[in-house]
Amino acid sequence: MAELINMPKLGFDMREGKLGEWVKKEGESVGQGETIAIIETDKASVEVPAFRSGVLHKILVPVGESVPIGTPIAVIGEPGEMVNLAALGVGPAAPSSVAAKAEVRAEAPAVTAPAQAPQPALEGGRLAASPVALRMASELGIDLRQVIGTGPGGRIIKRDIEAYLAAQDRAAQEAKVAPAPVVAPPMPIPSYEPTPEGYRAVPLTGMRQTIARRMVESKTTAPHFYITVDVDMEAAMALRSQLNALLPENEKISVNDFIVKAAALALRQFPNLNATFAGDEIRVHESVNIGIAVAREAGLVVTVVRDCDKKPLAQIAVEARELVARAREGRMKPDDMVGGTFTISNLGMFDVENFIAIIGPGQAAILAVSTVKQMPVVKDGQLAVGTRMKATISADHRVTDGAEAARFMQAFKAALEQPLRLLL
Amino acid sequence: MARMTVREAISAALREEMYRDERVFIMGEEIGKWGGTYAVTRGFLDEFGEKRVRDTPIAEGVIVGAAIGAAIAGLRPVAELMTINFAFLAMDQIVNHAAKIHYMFNGQIRVPLVIRTVGGGGRQLGATHSQTPDVVFAHFPGLKVVAPGTPADAKGLLKSAIRDEDPVFFIEHATLYQVRGEVPDDEDFLVPIGVSDVKRVGKDATIVSYSKMLQVSLEAADRLAAEGIEVEIIDLRTLRPLDMAPVIASVKKTNRLVVVEEGWRSFGIGAEISSRVTEQAFDYLDAPVRRVAQAEVPLPYNRRLEQLALPQVEDVVNAVKDVMYLR
Repeated sequence: MAELINMPKLGFDMREGKLGEWVKKEGESVGQGETIAIIETDKASVEVPAFRSGVLHKILVPVGESVPIGTPIAVIGEPGEMVNLAALGVGPAAPSSVAAKAEVRAEAPAVTAPAQAPQPALEGGRLAASPVALRMASELGIDLRQVIGTGPGGRIIKRDIEAYLAAQDRAAQEAKVAPAPVVAPPMPIPSYEPTPEGYRAVPLTGMRQTIARRMVESKTTAPHFYITVDVDMEAAMALRSQLNALLPENEKISVNDFIVKAAALALRQFPNLNATFAGDEIRVHESVNIGIAVAREAGLVVTVVRDCDKKPLAQIAVEARELVARAREGRMKPDDMVGGTFTISNLGMFDVENFIAIIGPGQAAILAVSTVKQMPVVKDGQLAVGTRMKATISADHRVTDGAEAARFMQAFKAALEQPLRLLL
Repeated sequence: MARMTVREAISAALREEMYRDERVFIMGEEIGKWGGTYAVTRGFLDEFGEKRVRDTPIAEGVIVGAAIGAAIAGLRPVAELMTINFAFLAMDQIVNHAAKIHYMFNGQIRVPLVIRTVGGGGRQLGATHSQTPDVVFAHFPGLKVVAPGTPADAKGLLKSAIRDEDPVFFIEHATLYQVRGEVPDDEDFLVPIGVSDVKRVGKDATIVSYSKMLQVSLEAADRLAAEGIEVEIIDLRTLRPLDMAPVIASVKKTNRLVVVEEGWRSFGIGAEISSRVTEQAFDYLDAPVRRVAQAEVPLPYNRRLEQLALPQVEDVVNAVKDVMYLR
């Protein structure tokens, strides 16, 4: 059966696309996934793959013309099939009528230009995606409108999400290598602008867009509150030295591993903080999967160590080391980043006194951990040198209250101050 | 371990259980002097005598009805119905009596009965002797329905069925009797009823099947492996109670599911599995579940047409490629 190929939505803010080139000609056969045309957006030239195999029966939009997304650009069907354009809801695209349309548009753009860009070209304007693709997109924070579907009728399937992730990673890699283009300011400088000599426009990578969207979502929907505790790390640091003296280089335990384990044990006691606010209910998760925030030049990612409450410290150390290495080198697998139920952000390596973090959407809390420092403390009424670390929890007030979060922090602190518990 | 056919495995299970428990006896059409239509019970009459190996009249209602009575009275009958197509004649005994008595008498009476029967097409026996109506029997609560696809499972499941306190409908397949495989020698080797089994491990797609179609699916998996596609195969082995746990776990891993059954597609095993997967693993599916099943016609006698109507290896290969969006 003949089907329409529509102008795809190829970018977050794309409204229309210009036909750059027809790679396939009318009457030519096309394999599924083969490039049929090249579309120019205001950002890039993008190849459009065929969502099915067949014959390209009719080209509806000539090279050089721009049409809104969702507009039919071609008809694909079976070999030898008689195509009834009227039945497909499109008129014949004689060059004269295209010109005529263009004229009408020029005369009365306010009437003919669509007020809002239509959604990608699917039945009833719906975006179709397989359930697993939807789940991956929601867990990885991917805007499905940016993903090109290669399933039947343009359905977004698992391989499209994987291709999108790979492209994002490549883009992030390239962004690191190529110097960002310097663009002159195209608009008048606002009066409050303190440096009138201009700026450097850095295009948003997909990852930056995702971080921006998710952080705004969290800060504008989850009412955050914060509790800071001061943890005596003397015993933990001593225990760590003792343990590491016994362990080979690649199995050594980091301060962060102690923190992960301590948080996991405290979450077992206070499962409400290991939860998701889901609108009409709170989902308390059975597994304690702790996300570790990893800084990268391309942007922050969170890699997830699963079942931290059940795993021994040594295993957490080995797994976290591998996951963080993969994250730093951009070798992450999709599974590495999903399923987190609580996050730890550790800026200890940057000599940080204290900081507060933004909760990841879908979680109830995040723990911000600062540097372990030597400092004057009062012990038994005497001034002494102590080893201390500040940790601040940001918690979602829809899910938990101050007293519960405070008791959680007490449990967390107690676990680190009596670190032998972490080895049980 | 011994290498034997499904026929030998079923024979061995019957023989071992008859030696183990003198309450066990067999009855059915032509099972004694003739040795059974599929020669499963050849030699049993000489070995165990007329009291425990009973030829019956050609009357399925009598066979099942008498077996139910014997089971209630304390024996362990294994009643053979020559083909599953004849079980329709005993439907009232199977459905209204065997499956209901334990429930309707408030658990006071049990019916430890095994009905052995033979289903499936592919032997040019015509439309009324070639059916695979397994789902019909799996529909009724109160009946356990078992359908093994390998010699080891055939032996272990039949022994479990005979030792079970409830009626078990045991479906053999006419074209599986010659299939060979390793079977444990242990006289207490049992395969539990109601436990599905992973017969092949893979990551790209899941095939759920059982009985003859298990063998077809295994062959399809070999062909797909040659193209670099690794399918996981779950053998249901028991249709009721249905064990979905390995199926759900597998779909969560592969995201793609094909159900292969020999019976007709409508209201079939594929429909049931597909529905349960939608209920329990919807968010893991990457493609609609595909069903491979028999063409919706009475099975033709003509050899070529019969093969065309039955699911073939090629159909399974294509269905797997479909759920992977490779066609």
